[in-house]
Amino acid sequence: MAETNSHTEVPGGHGPKTFPPFDKQTFGSQLVWLVIAFVALYVLMSKIALPRVGSILQARRDRIAGDLAEAQRHKDESEAAMAAYEKALADARGRAQAIAAETRDKLMGEAETNRKALEAKLNTQLAEAEKTIAGTKASAMNNVRGVAADATGAIVERLIGSLPSEQAVTQAVERALKG
Amino acid sequence: MAADPIHQFQINNLFPLGTVGGQEIAFTNSALFMGISVVGIVLLMITATAGRSLVPGRAQSLAELSYEFVADMIKSTAGTEGMRFFPFVFTIFMFVLFLNVLGMLPLAGFAVTSHIIVTAALALLVFFTVIIYGLAHNGLRFFKLFVPSGIPIYILPLIVFIEIMSFLSRPISHSVRLFANVLAGHITLKVFAGFVVMLGAFGVGGWLGAILPLGMTVALTALELLVAFLQAYVFAILTCIYLNDAIHPGH
Repeated sequence: MAETNSHTEVPGGHGPKTFPPFDKQTFGSQLVWLVIAFVALYVLMSKIALPRVGSILQARRDRIAGDLAEAQRHKDESEAAMAAYEKALADARGRAQAIAAETRDKLMGEAETNRKALEAKLNTQLAEAEKTIAGTKASAMNNVRGVAADATGAIVERLIGSLPSEQAVTQAVERALKG
Repeated sequence: MAADPIHQFQINNLFPLGTVGGQEIAFTNSALFMGISVVGIVLLMITATAGRSLVPGRAQSLAELSYEFVADMIKSTAGTEGMRFFPFVFTIFMFVLFLNVLGMLPLAGFAVTSHIIVTAALALLVFFTVIIYGLAHNGLRFFKLFVPSGIPIYILPLIVFIEIMSFLSRPISHSVRLFANVLAGHITLKVFAGFVVMLGAFGVGGWLGAILPLGMTVALTALELLVAFLQAYVFAILTCIYLNDAIHPGH
């Protein structure tokens, strides 16, 4: 460092050359201006700049929080609407099913009644028909008996030459018919 | 003159103002750069935020970034109670940062923080703020700072002595760290840049030889810009840590 002093021109009139950061001659000026600059800066920062930037940041945070809350509200609303829609849909579906079941039951009941009435009627007709058939059969049987007795009488007369008694012929026919 | 690495720290009187108690008071190049710093910070923090835009532009973003950077620094070291010192720490950080960075300006730059008187004044301001606020806020409990709890009684006197010495040496380390970093950085830069000029005078061979110091100068410039920011940050965070002692004494 010694050689650096060899080519230094005389600095702004400060007497003997010293290392500038340790030159006490300059301390007064530096301190005065440091105090002025620092105090001015402190006042400007604390009174204007920082409250302003702080309020800007706060406003932005509030705005974001507000927007998020708004978005959440809209989301909740749409979810509520969705739930209401689905509930209405489920209700309608339930009602439709109830109506369908009721209608089905009613129709089935009617069909059953009709079927029973028809069955009863058919049964009656069947019974009547059976009675008619039985009547017809009985009368036919009587006719058969008469014809059989006549035929038996005639056959026996041809075979033995004499007419058997009507009672014996009738008994024989009855036996044959039963057998 | 250009090769003298010390000349850059010379305080030049731009115009004298008078004499107070044998001390000459003048508007100097140091004062000029302090003024430029104040104007620069005001442009950044006040002019750039005048629009109060919800969606900030570049300059307003930078102002908000500075605000939140310092606010986070305080909250992480001194808690939310430390926020009462926010304007103080913010002013210190921005002022030192601007002074450091403006000192890096080529040709006309002057590093105000390369003068011990400036850094010492700022460090003492912090030191006395800690003491005055600590006593006013905590009363005698402030002295618990020097008496860590859970220490066996027979080594307590030694610990208290060490604590007091370390407390008293704070303004020294606080101020010398910033001063020495800025001073050494600027001297190193000047020396390497001086090599370039010296070697360049030797003709073509010298030009080739000058490539190495030129590269060093470029790399050192980048490093010094980092140091300019880093030392402002270190100065501010130490301020926060010391203020934390005033707010929460007792370890």
